[in-house]
Amino acid sequence: MSDDLAWVVPVVLTVVGSSTPLLLAAMGELVTEKSGVLNLGVEGMMLIGAVTAFAATLASGSHAIGIVAGAAGGAAAALVFAVLTLTLLSNQVATGLALTIFGIGLSALVGRDLVGVALAPLPKLAIPGLSDIPVLGALLFGHDILVYLSFVMVALVAFFLYRTRLGLVLRAVGDQHDAAHAIGYPVIAIRYLATLFGGAMSGLAGAYMSLAYTPMWAENMTAGRGWIALALVVFATWRPARVLVGAYLFGGITILQLNVQGMGIAIPSQMMSMLPYLATIVVLVAISRDRAKIRLNAPACIGKPFHPAG
Amino acid sequence: MSGEDRLGEDGVAVEPPPLLELAHIVKAFPGSLANDDVSLHILPGEIHALLGENGAGKSTLVKIIYGVVKADAGTLIWRGQGIDIASPKIARRLGIGMVFQHFSLFDALTVAENIALGIAYRGDMAALERRIDEVAADYGLALRPDAVVHGLSVGERQRVEIARCLLQDPKLLIMDEPTSVLTPQEAEALFETLRRLAREGCAILYISHKLDEIMALCERATIMRLGRVVSECDPRGETARALAEMMLGDALATPERHEATPPGQARLIVERLSLAAEERFGVDLRDVSFTVRAGEILGIGGIAGNGQGELFAGLSGETRVTPASAIRIDGVAVGRLGPGARRALHAAFIPEQRHGHAAVSDMTLAENGFLSGGREHGLAHWGLIDGAATDAYAERVIKAFDVRANGPRAEARSLSGGNLQKFIVGRELEREPAILIAEQPTWGVDAGAAATIHQALLDLAAGGAAVVVISQDLDEIFAICDRIAVLAHGRLSPARAIDAVTVEEIGLLMGGAEVVA
Amino acid sequence: MIRLEPRPAHSPIMTWASPLLAVGLTLITGMVIFAALGHDPLISLEAFFIAPLSDVFGLTELVVKATPLVLIGVGLSIGFRANVWNIGAEGQFTMGAIAGGGLALLFYEVDSVFLLPAMALAGILGGMAWAAIPAWLKTRFNANEILTSLMLTYVAQLTLSWLVHGPWRSPEGYNFPETRLFHDAALMPILVEGSRLHLGALVALAVVAAGWLVMGRSVIGFQLRVVGAAPRAAVYAGFNAKALVWCAMLIGGGLAGLAGLFEVAGPIGQLLPNISPGYGFTAIIVAFLGRLNPVGVLFAGLLLALTYLGGEVAQIRIGMPAAVTGIFQGILLFYLLACDVLILYRVRLGRARARA
Repeated sequence: MSDDLAWVVPVVLTVVGSSTPLLLAAMGELVTEKSGVLNLGVEGMMLIGAVTAFAATLASGSHAIGIVAGAAGGAAAALVFAVLTLTLLSNQVATGLALTIFGIGLSALVGRDLVGVALAPLPKLAIPGLSDIPVLGALLFGHDILVYLSFVMVALVAFFLYRTRLGLVLRAVGDQHDAAHAIGYPVIAIRYLATLFGGAMSGLAGAYMSLAYTPMWAENMTAGRGWIALALVVFATWRPARVLVGAYLFGGITILQLNVQGMGIAIPSQMMSMLPYLATIVVLVAISRDRAKIRLNAPACIGKPFHPAG
Repeated sequence: MSGEDRLGEDGVAVEPPPLLELAHIVKAFPGSLANDDVSLHILPGEIHALLGENGAGKSTLVKIIYGVVKADAGTLIWRGQGIDIASPKIARRLGIGMVFQHFSLFDALTVAENIALGIAYRGDMAALERRIDEVAADYGLALRPDAVVHGLSVGERQRVEIARCLLQDPKLLIMDEPTSVLTPQEAEALFETLRRLAREGCAILYISHKLDEIMALCERATIMRLGRVVSECDPRGETARALAEMMLGDALATPERHEATPPGQARLIVERLSLAAEERFGVDLRDVSFTVRAGEILGIGGIAGNGQGELFAGLSGETRVTPASAIRIDGVAVGRLGPGARRALHAAFIPEQRHGHAAVSDMTLAENGFLSGGREHGLAHWGLIDGAATDAYAERVIKAFDVRANGPRAEARSLSGGNLQKFIVGRELEREPAILIAEQPTWGVDAGAAATIHQALLDLAAGGAAVVVISQDLDEIFAICDRIAVLAHGRLSPARAIDAVTVEEIGLLMGGAEVVA
Repeated sequence: MIRLEPRPAHSPIMTWASPLLAVGLTLITGMVIFAALGHDPLISLEAFFIAPLSDVFGLTELVVKATPLVLIGVGLSIGFRANVWNIGAEGQFTMGAIAGGGLALLFYEVDSVFLLPAMALAGILGGMAWAAIPAWLKTRFNANEILTSLMLTYVAQLTLSWLVHGPWRSPEGYNFPETRLFHDAALMPILVEGSRLHLGALVALAVVAAGWLVMGRSVIGFQLRVVGAAPRAAVYAGFNAKALVWCAMLIGGGLAGLAGLFEVAGPIGQLLPNISPGYGFTAIIVAFLGRLNPVGVLFAGLLLALTYLGGEVAQIRIGMPAAVTGIFQGILLFYLLACDVLILYRVRLGRARARA
């Protein structure tokens, strides 16, 4: 392979690393929102997942247990949100914010003794034969299990939503919850499931950050990725394939700013760090301008509390 | 079969056992007793009417039958056996199908997907689509299984609902106010389908307050008023007036029409108004033109979803229009002006939706009074609201229109529909407007409040104002309007004098047919 | 089976009982958390909530911490009533501090009585300018203000970091990332000798009074409330919804910016990379706890200021981790949201019974 291309592989790998947590969290939130629930607590759930996964892996010595623990942590946090918004009908925006504040605090508390502790990173899965192909092998087949899972999830969620009966019911619930209830579908139960799924995915995203991306724990280590994931769902107009594109776009921008710093361009590092956040704003504006498109694709009942009359 | 008498062993006609029997049903909601000891029975293959005004308790009763709502007391007996219909699923399994008044369809999904959801279908979608085609052909329902629902007309949507019920082989089909959104021709087609179903042994429970339909279609009628059953009869043997009296209880009060005075000068002139729809599935207005003179009430009829909301928004100023001269109030071009500026020209507007549009549910009546009346009545000084003056203003409206509320500090949400509507209408009339645009002014309102509102509108016009009533209720338009125009697909027919037009013509116009002058 | 039965009107009792109930539940939960962390619940509770108030200095510290919370909280409560979700108050706080602090550095060692008022004005304008961005994006492009204002928080934080590491770094500071200490004319006057209690506290009180007047009695306050409760009714009434969004965002931004200036010209006395322990976010809780009412915000601000102080005392005295403060605040908001259900619904146990 020519030396000119030798830089491709490491850059692509870092982009994958940067995009995977966004992809995982956004896919989870997409399902949640498709059922009509707006959960702004993604940042909090990611942090809880991150610290839970890290602590569990440290305690058990097994990454597998850590990953499951991370998902469970995220789901548990989502459960609190679900009880408040679905059973007690509290305002979804405020509850999501509360979840974020709480998640930041709780994860900091649980992780206070874990800061600076070293942990072996999540191992890359080697697929015999395929991983050894020069360049392509490393690019396509040299990733850890969560990366593969993120791609599988895109396909699974798309299949689930548009090809299965339960997915159809979920879309119906997000479109008109009163009509779904009139037919007899358990609106609240479906929303609980969708919210828990979203929580588990956010937990996995956090687990990826603390086990694979930078295998360590630091307070507030997600640095706003949860919010970017929320913006991604809007950017993708609630379509799974577009979430994939968006996640990699953002992952790419994040890596770009890191590499530009390395290239010695005389822009202060803080300014470069602003890029992902500014990019999120730009993207959000671009997609929101088309009101018709938003209204056509956004689940019509998103954020509205459901209270069955009588 | 369908209501035919059977002969028993001794040759005497015997009524078949009832398909469904309701015994002493009671259901209460906070603030109202919706069903008060209601009993009725439906025979197999019978077309049975459930008749009553808004608020009589029909919808609640039917929701109990369909398992959406649970009765507080009483029993349901299906084919001789007491049962508990705990959910729509159970109702469907028994063979009860329901076509709702406000369709429970999912706009973003296709016809086949909607039907699949409605019948809890688990199989292959292609097979379902074939079955839909079969049923549609069989019963003369024009349907495309792969069409996305949001593009369908209201009549088509109802056909989707009916097809959904038919696919489940119903023994009892409940239709809740089915023709409130159909043209007279579409309604006739529906009746044919229903008669055919009845002949095949399916009972129909037909809920309506439209007397002529019930007299044409139904064999038995149960009449409800204020939560109780007041009468049971064969509508074919009654006059419309007799049925109405049973329904309303009092002798009917026809609004007092004033002496027909020649209309004065043109106060509201709308010329070639065109407006693109803003809403998700809205209707564009195209070249709408009409003139309203002082002292006359123009009725704009039409089925829901043909541009009424857009027209109201354009007239009230909630949506600006170009050119400004497309709408002129007393000669002033107001197209670019907002509602506040138009109110300064003595215009008043009553939107269709009480909660969230005409009034804010969580605010007090005094605050809601300030919503449209603030500017003119000196209710604010130096940017601060005058609490005493606002209270007094609301008090005046409450007294003048007999609004049942706990004073001006009562929250709007605590009022019944009729009372809130009276307050809203009163709030606008208190301003003594020169122009009034009212959309569905008596929708969902009890007969007494409706009569008050109609009289108030007539009095306003008699005083020299120009009034426009946008309504889906032809009875209302015929009761109080001098002229009528029909809105269909965003276009307005030329206005005709009310006594020069027949219901058939109106029906054709509502379906969008061109007018032959 | 728990069922929720809608009430015909807001329950006035529950509107004020709900926060008290939430606080009570939080205290109980707090004791459980303390115990789980291995500390005696009652001693911890005392350290957290009583000890900080035990002397005059403690009380002044309470007010010092409450000042930014109340200032931002009033601004946010007005915005939330109008359904404008300004989550980026933290960033507006930062920008106000930068704008006002920058002025202080520009006029370093200049002794003028106009300097501090000018700094305050700069703080307000800085916060407003930062809030204007999400306002513009929302009204012009329909972009969700939660996400845009939040992203800008990170941008503001990074801007501050760049400034204190780079162009504004104090030449006499031994290369630490900090600006010069502000000179006397650029510092907030102290109200109580020997404490850090500064003039900002009185300004905060004035803001509470003004906020109460505006929201409760003024036409603009009425318009903001209608826009938040029923946007269609606001259009019907002829209110300019876009102008009201701008108004709500600018009020929130201006007050946050002012709070930022007061912090750096008051207790901190310079610009540092970190000038806020999350006031902009805690103020969200303050706004809700205060029932989105300026007077309620005053009391809620004092309570949440207490949680900050309590966290510090508990950390020093009994080794409680610092993160407990954030958890307390989050739990308080959770309980508050849960208890708020009771304002609009009654809780009924069991199945519906027939009425006589």
